[in-house]
Order: sequence, then structure tokens, then C-alpha cells
Amino acid sequence: MTANNEPAEMTPNRRGPESVSTSEIDERRSASAAADDGPLGSPRVSSPVIESRDLDVFYGDTQALHGIEMEVPERQVTALIGPSGCGKSTFLRSINRMNDLIDVARVEGDLYFHGKNVYDDDVDPVALRRKIGMVFQKPNPFPKSIYDNVAYGLRVQGKDDGDVDEKVRTALEQAALLDEVEDQLDESGLDLSGGQQQRLCIARAIAPDPEVVLMDEPASALDPVATSKIEDLIDDLAEEYTVVIVTHSMQQAARISDKTAVFLTGGHLVEFDDTEKIFENPESQQVEDYITGKFG
Amino acid sequence: MSSADETAVAITGESGPMNGLKETAIRSVFFSCALVTVLTTLGIILVLVQGSIGFFQEVSIVEYVTGTDWSPVIRPRSFGVLPLIWGTLIITVGSALIAIPVGTATAIYLSEYADPQVRKVIKPTLEILAGIPTIVYGFFALSFITPIIQRFFPETGTFNAAAGAIVVGIMIIPMVSSLSEDAMSSVPDDLRNAAYGLGATKFEVSTSVVFPASLSGVIASYILALSRAIGETMAVTLAAGMHPQITGNLLEPIQTMTAYMVQIGISDVSVGSIGYQSLFAVGLTLFAMTLAMNLFSLWIKSRYREEYQ
Ligand SMILES: Nc1ncnc2c1ncn2[C@@H]1O[C@H](COP(=O)(O)OP(=O)(O)OP(=O)(O)O)[C@@H](O)[C@H]1O
Ligand SMILES: [Mg+2]
Repeated sequence: MTANNEPAEMTPNRRGPESVSTSEIDERRSASAAADDGPLGSPRVSSPVIESRDLDVFYGDTQALHGIEMEVPERQVTALIGPSGCGKSTFLRSINRMNDLIDVARVEGDLYFHGKNVYDDDVDPVALRRKIGMVFQKPNPFPKSIYDNVAYGLRVQGKDDGDVDEKVRTALEQAALLDEVEDQLDESGLDLSGGQQQRLCIARAIAPDPEVVLMDEPASALDPVATSKIEDLIDDLAEEYTVVIVTHSMQQAARISDKTAVFLTGGHLVEFDDTEKIFENPESQQVEDYITGKFG
Repeated sequence: MSSADETAVAITGESGPMNGLKETAIRSVFFSCALVTVLTTLGIILVLVQGSIGFFQEVSIVEYVTGTDWSPVIRPRSFGVLPLIWGTLIITVGSALIAIPVGTATAIYLSEYADPQVRKVIKPTLEILAGIPTIVYGFFALSFITPIIQRFFPETGTFNAAAGAIVVGIMIIPMVSSLSEDAMSSVPDDLRNAAYGLGATKFEVSTSVVFPASLSGVIASYILALSRAIGETMAVTLAAGMHPQITGNLLEPIQTMTAYMVQIGISDVSVGSIGYQSLFAVGLTLFAMTLAMNLFSLWIKSRYREEYQ
């Protein structure tokens, strides 16, 4: 109902006066995005770590993402918001090629990580995932000790030669969990509370020192106190890491992110801009409706 | 009549007492069925113990447990059970050395690597393998495995421990692989994704996440397979022979406890004779061993309960 009038609306709108300032990005867009003109909005992303160019994702015959054009700035928090089923998780998984693990999933288009297309034949997804860590919606610690959970990534990545203890403690410290578990590092990660488990998963993801951390609704299973801890943590993480976070909560996106991408039903990225701009003065009427709660 | 009245009628139920009676009847039918198995087990234990009492009145328990010569028919008679236990151990350990690695690798392949189509072929094949009568395995050992061994070691006898261990090993592979695969498949994908997300390879995910997470089920499958090997009868009788001896040479024949019981069962020893009574003593020993294994498996299961669910 809302999706079919979208292309018609998008074309006139996106030639607004703001788009002049991003001529560099626009040029690249016009070269690659013949089918889709890309989202509204004009964020300044000077040195993007990740660039998505005309990215389509299919599950079998159904297309879950349509020509996604987006760039993720370095050491900032980029939020992906939108209603359920609009393809936020799909986009996130296509960044570190976790979609490879889904038999029916197929990706078309380009996704660049530091200028290298991660879907090129010579890219090893295992190596890619060592650079781009991931935190999942549901806390999923291994049935191992807290210590071994955090050390797992170090071990598989061959980064366990130096002082593993030190690295484990640092990661737990960064994940704001060390104080709570200092005396029980040998106990099972499953004995922790949900919020602690999720911080353990964050510690596990950052211990091997990735460049980018992808988070898929990391706080959705948590209570408000645990949620605010995670949010503080994400704020700190952005000093060292590039963070891309999917969230259902608009308040959360507004609180923690620098850039916000709004996906809407059908798998279209409708608007991508500085978070303030999205929440105060979005260009798309649909986005405004969604943000003010009138949508879907 | 208002709808509230109908509801009231429906929940009080006019046939209340009849219903109660029916429930009681159903309950007692189910209970009797459960009782049959319990009583059978108790009956078997009773028969074994009773039969053994006569035996242990003639042979001291110490001689039985520590003696290294088993000669129940030919005089001078001797009832040291160790050669039979040795035979059983050789078969059990030998078959475990085959079935545990092969079965585990098969399980990992089926659960983590195989395409759904391949799995659809291999799983039923394994189940067929598990359903073949054990006597057929015995003939397979005699007519196929032993000749192969003889090609490499010409001195190998027609009956030899190696063929018995190998054939029992093959027999219990499906048990290990199918039960282990069940345990591995029930490990949630969340855990796999977590490991892949950290840059683990498929092999690392299989061996360092899935395998340990399913360990209790996997170990239970090993133990069940081993108790099957301990109790295995026809195939070992046919393949490994009926020669009770403590030997490290796998090319020689041996006799397991079960094979001995077959031997006495089909021989013409008279009921009540010492040879006949020894059947019960050996049966009791066997029962104790498999019971111990099963209890161990239960203990493992409760100890390493899959906590991740
Ligand atoms: N493994 C899959 N197989 C088939 N279709 C899938 C699969 N995963 C997602 N989809 C479909 O792709 C579309 C986008 O799903 P996705 O999970 O990316 O949405 P989402 O925005 O993350 O939603 P939510 O907010 O509910 O998590 C949906 O229509 C969904 O049904
Ligand atoms: Mg999602």
C-alpha cells in the first residue's frame, strides 16, 4: 500500500538543494544506480569504511533488499531503523557475509569494505568476519566459561600468542562487565543474567579487535537498566570501532547514533542522513510518518 | 437458558463420576504396561541371582573373579572368568576404536557438512545398517573380513579376535553416528552463528563449538554403543571363536562371555550341572557390566546437561 508510490515520490524529492553538497557521492551513485536512485538525505560521509552500491538481496525468489545505496562512516555509530521485516538484519548480514550461511540467500550488487568488494571471488568470508565482528539479537554465549567465551575469537584468529589474560580482561572491561564477573571467569557464561550475557557477547566480539562491530538489536531482549548499560557501552565503543546497529527503538537510535538509515517495508532504504536531521526534519513524508508513529 | 448456565453445566459435567472411572481405568492400563517391563527386569535379575547361588556354592567367588583359566567342561575343571572378560574387553575396546572415530566423524559430517539431499540418503542407509541381523554380520566377518586379514597375516586363524572387533565396530557405527548426530543437530544455530561471526571456519565451528556443546549426548551414544558391543553375541561367536584365553595376539581366537553362553546354551550339559550353573554366573557378570555402563551414561547425561536451551 505504501510501497508502490515510492519510486515516483523519491525522484523529485531527492533533487533537493541539500544534495549539492554531496556531489562526490552523487557522481558515484549516478554511475552505478541506474535502477534505483538511492535514498533521500545527504549525510557527509567523508571516508566511508563500508559502501553499499545498488545492493539487492534475495531469499529464493523474493527480494528482501532493493538497490541499497549507503555508506558507513568510520568510528561513528550508524543506526538502521525501520518496521519489522524491512530488511535491516538482512542488510547487516550482507556486510560480513553471514548471508552466505543461509542456503536460499543470494546477493547482487556491490558492497565495499575499504574499497574492496566483499563479494569478489577472491574474498574469504572467514577473513572478512575477523575484521567485522557481530553481536546478535539474542545473547548467545557459548556453553563455556566466561573466560573461554571471550578468548574464543582470539583463539580461532590465532591472536592467542600474547597475553590472552590481558586481552580477555581488557575486552570485558570495555564491555563494562569486568567488575561484575572478575571473580568468576571460570564459571559458565550461561550462568549470567541476560544483560550480562549480552555484554559478554559484546566483549567476545571486540576481544579480537575488529574494525567494525555489527549489532542486530543487541538490547531488544533486555530490561531498561541493562539496555541503558549497553547504550552507554556503544557510545564508548564508537571511539575505537565503527558501529552499525539495528534497532527497533527510535529513541535508542536518536540517543546513540550519529547517522541513521531508515528502511521501510519492502526492503527499500528510504532515507539516510545525520541522525538529528532524520529525527527533526526528515525529507520523506513516509519517514516522518514512521518516526512520529503514524506509519504501518 | 442463558449462556452462563450452559457454561456452568459444561464445567460441572453430568457424567463426572463416569469420567473419573474411565480415567482410572486408562490409568491402570498404562500402569500395567509400565509394570510389565519393571517386573521383567526384576524377574531376570532374580533368575540370574538364583542360578548363580548354586554355582557359587561350588566355586569360590575369589576363584571365579581372579582365576585365569576357564575350562568348564573339560577336566580338570576350572572357573576363572578372566579369560572371558578379557575376550569381551578386546571386542569392546577394539570395536570402540573403530566406531567412535568413524561414528563421530559421520555424525559431524551429517550434522554440519552434508547437503540435505546427501543426508536424506545417508541417514536411512545407516538405519538399514543398524537393522541387519547380527548373525549376518558374523558371516560377513567370516567370509569377508577374515580373508582380508589373512591376506596380510597368513597365520590368522579362521576365528580371530581382530575380525570380531572389526565387525562389531562396524555394527555399532550407526548407533554412534545417529545418536551423536541427533545431539549435534539440536545445538542451536545461534551458537554456530556466534562462532562464524568471530571468523571461525566450518571445521572450527564443528569441533570447538558444536561438538563440545553436544558432548553429553555424544558420550551417551558412545556408552550405549559400548554396552551393545559388550552384549553382542552372534557376530562375535561366529567371528572370534570359542577359545577362552588371555592373549594379546588379535589374530588368535578368543571367547567372550556371550559366546560362552551360546556355547553352553546349545551344548548338551545337563540342567543343574556345574556347567549349566556357570551360565547364570556369567550372565550375571555380563548384566552387571552393561548395567554399570548404562548407569554411567545416565550420570554423564545428568552431569553435562545441555544447558544452552
Ligand atoms: N532466512 C530467511 N529465509 C527466507 N526469507 C528470509 C530469511 N530471513 C529473512 N527473510 C525475509 O526477508 C525479509 C527481511 O527480513 P529481515 O530479517 O532482514 O528484516 P528485519 O528488518 O531485520 O526485521 P525485524 O525487525 O523483524 O528483525 C523478510 O520479509 C523476511 O521474511
Ligand atoms: Mg531483524
